[in-house]
Amino acid sequence: MSVNHSLRDRFESGLAAPICLTWEVTYACNLACRHCLSSSGVRDPRELTTDEAKAFLDEVAAMQIFYINIGGGEPTIRRDFFELVEYGLSRGIGIKFSTNGSRITPEVAQRLAGNDYLDVQISLDGADAATNDALRGEGSYDTAIRAMENLRDAGMKGFKISVVVTRHNVGQIDQLLALADSMNAELRLTRLRPSGRGVDVWDELRLSAADNRALYHWLMAHPTVLTGDSFFHLSALGDPLAGINLCGAGRVVCLIDPVGDVYACPFVIHEQFLAGSILDGGFGHVWRDSELFRSLREPGSPGACASCGSYDACRGGCMAAKFFTGLELSDPDPECVFGHGETALAQRVSVGPRPSPDHSKRVTITSR
Amino acid sequence: MPEQPDFAAHWSLHPSVSLRDESFGAMAYHHGNRRLVFLKSPLLVDVVRQLDDFESADVALEALVADEQRAAVRRALETLTSSDIVRVG
Ligand code: SF4
Ligand code: SF4
Repeated sequence: MSVNHSLRDRFESGLAAPICLTWEVTYACNLACRHCLSSSGVRDPRELTTDEAKAFLDEVAAMQIFYINIGGGEPTIRRDFFELVEYGLSRGIGIKFSTNGSRITPEVAQRLAGNDYLDVQISLDGADAATNDALRGEGSYDTAIRAMENLRDAGMKGFKISVVVTRHNVGQIDQLLALADSMNAELRLTRLRPSGRGVDVWDELRLSAADNRALYHWLMAHPTVLTGDSFFHLSALGDPLAGINLCGAGRVVCLIDPVGDVYACPFVIHEQFLAGSILDGGFGHVWRDSELFRSLREPGSPGACASCGSYDACRGGCMAAKFFTGLELSDPDPECVFGHGETALAQRVSVGPRPSPDHSKRVTITSR
Repeated sequence: MPEQPDFAAHWSLHPSVSLRDESFGAMAYHHGNRRLVFLKSPLLVDVVRQLDDFESADVALEALVADEQRAAVRRALETLTSSDIVRVG
């Protein structure tokens, strides 16, 4: 889907409801991935009750939000997870949920397969156990592969394999695509952002300028690979990648966290991007009326990118990436394809703010 | 080139499609093929919503759309059949 200009302007000024709503249902997780965007680990005692969660789904249906992305933490850890999924489906809401695969047994896979309104996304960050497990923890590769096999064997078609591209797995994307083909699945590649615990590993794992260029050309050559619109900063390299090509935070994108707080996007869990709570007058109220969202929908100024000939393609890149690396929001993206981000990083006065809240387990066991 | 859809047949919004009004027109989402499509005029949205009530797409166009806009709406409808938002027959 590529989008013409007048429509993009409409997106900038906001829609009646988000296109891409992510709902993280718990901060609890059985893994402790080093780059977790939501710093998940331990359940928050204030997480929504089943009734609160269902009331939220009622509102999603009433706002005619077509589909939602459920994540976490590991969403399937919630005891009422499948109850909530069934409830949402019964309201006509399409649901895609992201999982590390640990609960996708053959029985669960059978239940999931064959429903048009339901989609599953398995996270995997490498084409082999060594690469994946270095980031996601010992045994997580085998767990994810088993989940995929279970889904495939249950006849599920077109589920997603979602990969955060790092300098360690960027050389494996052809293998990952072949894996997806062998599982009757689709490959989804997303950008590593310095969000959540990602802030601590971003420098170590992020792509080099040469990697980014190669990735852009690979994506242009493989238009069926999904990206969640996350590489639009690379569109400055030439023809635009498929997608809306602008930062959708608060305009077409938003996040509901496990306690019902609404953030502008899943990658900006920080008080500065907290728009309100669904427990405080409902989600629609926050979406329409929050001051934060209103200000995000104002036409942006190109800031330091004003003289860039590619501003129209890249729009200065990702707000989250700038914020958590300590750049100004008017600065170029830290991974600006022309290197202006590197210059800005070199000139910044302080490192970025810490993501908050942090639900990491106190002792993080990493496998190295 | 795909074949011209049959405007003399009965058309309808696909049952797996949800529509949501927006300031520019509406967004349509097809839960089967997971396509998100933008209907960029309120008039087009109107026609799409009412297709089912008419015996054919031609009759619907005649009843709902002024002469000078008919060609444009017709083209837009045609693209909606290719993404299966609208069903022919
Ligand atoms: S200068 Fe700004 S608009 Fe231009 S490519 Fe870099 S980040 Fe994008
Ligand atoms: S802040 Fe970054 S991740 Fe979030 S919507 Fe904007 S571009 Fe996307």
